[in-house]
Amino acid sequence: MRELFPAKQVMGYFFSLLLTVIALAVYFVDMSYQVAMTILLVTAFVQAGVQLVVFMHAGESKDKWSIYTTVYYGVFIALVTIFGSLLTLIWGY
Amino acid sequence: MEFFDRFAVPNPTFTIYASMVAIGLTMLAILVGITYFKKWGYLWREWLTTVDHKRIGIMYLISALLMLFRGGVDALMMRAQTAIPDNTFLNAQEYNEVFTTHGVVMILFMAMAFVMALMNFVTPLQIGARDVAFPRLNALSFWLYFMGAMLFNISFVIGGSPDSGWTSYFPLAGNEFSPSVGTNYYMLSIQIAGLGTLITGINFIVTILKMRAPGMTLMKMPMFTWSALITNLIIVFAFPVLTVALAMGTMDRLFGTHFFSIDNGGMDMLWANFFWVWGHPEVYILILPAFGIYSEIIPTFARRNLYGYKSMVISIVAISALSFLVWVHHFFTMGQGALVNSIFSISTMAIAVPTGVKIFNWLLTLWKGKIEFTTAMLYSVGFIPIFTIGGVTGVMLAMASADYQYHNTMFLVAHFHLVIIPGVVFAMIAGLFYWWPKMFGFMLNEKLGKASFWAIAVGVCLAFFPMFISGLDGQARRMYTYSESTGFGIWNMISFIGASMLAIGFILIVYNIYYSTRYASRDISSDPWNARSLEWATHSPVPDYNFAITPEVQSLEAFWDAKKKGHKLFKGNYKEIHMPNNSGVPFIMCCFFFLLGFALVFSMWVVAIIAAIGIFSCMAHRSLEQDHGHHISVEEITKTEEKLGGAKK
Ligand code: HEM
Ligand SMILES: [Cu+2]
Repeated sequence: MRELFPAKQVMGYFFSLLLTVIALAVYFVDMSYQVAMTILLVTAFVQAGVQLVVFMHAGESKDKWSIYTTVYYGVFIALVTIFGSLLTLIWGY
Repeated sequence: MEFFDRFAVPNPTFTIYASMVAIGLTMLAILVGITYFKKWGYLWREWLTTVDHKRIGIMYLISALLMLFRGGVDALMMRAQTAIPDNTFLNAQEYNEVFTTHGVVMILFMAMAFVMALMNFVTPLQIGARDVAFPRLNALSFWLYFMGAMLFNISFVIGGSPDSGWTSYFPLAGNEFSPSVGTNYYMLSIQIAGLGTLITGINFIVTILKMRAPGMTLMKMPMFTWSALITNLIIVFAFPVLTVALAMGTMDRLFGTHFFSIDNGGMDMLWANFFWVWGHPEVYILILPAFGIYSEIIPTFARRNLYGYKSMVISIVAISALSFLVWVHHFFTMGQGALVNSIFSISTMAIAVPTGVKIFNWLLTLWKGKIEFTTAMLYSVGFIPIFTIGGVTGVMLAMASADYQYHNTMFLVAHFHLVIIPGVVFAMIAGLFYWWPKMFGFMLNEKLGKASFWAIAVGVCLAFFPMFISGLDGQARRMYTYSESTGFGIWNMISFIGASMLAIGFILIVYNIYYSTRYASRDISSDPWNARSLEWATHSPVPDYNFAITPEVQSLEAFWDAKKKGHKLFKGNYKEIHMPNNSGVPFIMCCFFFLLGFALVFSMWVVAIIAAIGIFSCMAHRSLEQDHGHHISVEEITKTEEKLGGAKK
């Protein structure tokens, strides 16, 4: 029975619900724009991570290194694009 | 009548009407021809529904050659217009439309398709696979590309061509300054073709990571496969940015949003920013497969193994990461601060380092090689000096402060043509000559091939070197004419002569294909070049299932070592082979995509909704369909292998 119960997935499910609630709270709770954006960005990235690891089973196959390498590479490119654009169009303008 | 007014071309001229008639007649001739020769069934069964990576590759190839001609005619028109001062062959508006079309067609519909053609045909063979990981998706990719390209091309006769440059910068590309539907065509057709490219990216990464022959570790992969892997990785990370930017641009134009407008909180330079976040990686998407092709051809005809395999791999991986760190060098003059420009200046120069490593590796492979100058090798060797000049001028452009002088002059135009033509076009032609026997079972004529090389190589230098001078003298790009007193006349005349030589070179290639199809000997071996990698270990032309027995690999140059050291590639006996079934759904789905794009261009919402429902129905069909593929029996394999000249050992 123990092996059959998907404890990891159930916990992941609750965790991602929690993340959704936190993100939703940004709309209802009064806070500054910067704080709100930070919360949204952080919860979004964590949420994506949970989806990948828990529900899309990254890391459960033999070639998990290739999956993780691609994910890290993707995160790297995404961050470079976002912060690079902010740098050129706003901060460094 | 009012309904049809929107399809009229905004500024019709005699040439446009003539082309309308010509296009109409050609279509009619094709339809009548196919019906007369009763080829509809053949076309549908063997091509429109195929999921075979080799046939898809060949369809990409044909489309790329067609687009080469469309783009080439545009180029000749531009060079003819600027050949003499104050020329009136094209007016300003026509010139704008022609250079825009030329850029889009050449980069997205010619070069990309050519890259896809060779990647599709060669990669699965090089890794000893039976097909790509998702053959049905592969067909979908091709048809998306094809329909995107066709949608773009009809803009010329229905509704008017885009005219704000292949970079389509806002606010110029916004409704206010580009009221015709041309830019809608730009946004939607590139969107559709881009989706196809993105799907290919995922497909090929999975194929290369998952479907390599037993024993082929990553560091035993042929260089072309390595470059295909990295190229597709860049595709997957770069194309979503384009997709998003195009979607935003489309919404600005069709639904009145303000992403890229100058008022209401929009930011016009955001388009330029996104465009180049995709655009710079895109130039590496084009060049890396080319590097891979050279890395196959040069060792084959220098009769030595590739010098510095490991450093080659490291440098393309480095290029792939660096290519995402340099995009701002395309708009150093936007007005951002010195800090930003310095950062991107340095990262841009850094990219020249791994590129240089590759150049030296090829030179060292040639060193002490027993070089045999076939056509493919001539193109590969010709590439090195011309590309180096293009690359070195790139480093000049990369110096932000100097770029204020060069930016948007003919100097820039010279730079990118001198990297793209030897880098991409030479490579594709070289690859075409090299892999042609594998594709079709006969060789292209070498004499005609060499003649085409000289016409093209001399043509490129004549066409683009003068632009360095006229650019430094102040001739801006995208100007339809200039006065005599500027003194640009002579340089542009030389350029026109070079462009004409290029045209002769391309005509020679097409004539070569015709001539060789008619007269070349069909009696060639499956390894006519004495080559080194696995694609040469099977028959030419390649049977449906690629390899009767899956090869086992022990070394980097698996096929070479099989020939020289007696490694055994094919062990065991024939077993039943499982292959995917053909399907017409990708083609039908992409016809809906075409309709959707066309309807959106003209804001015909009802048609658009119907087309969208069509697309989703095709997807639903795929989800619910039971398709287990088919099996090729041992008897059938034995028969095919015997017909092709005996089993491979
Ligand atoms: C040695 C490495 C290279 C360096 C340092 C370099 C640098 C640059 C710079 C700084 C620009 C912008 C200049 C301006 O707008 O004023 C530029 C434009 C361009 N480069 Fe390169 N480049 C390199 C290699 C390549 C390669 C390999 C390709 C293509 C295969 C390429 C294609 C282009 C294109 C298409 C443009 C201009 C696009 C446009 O504005 O329409 N470059 N390059
Ligand atoms: Cu660039």
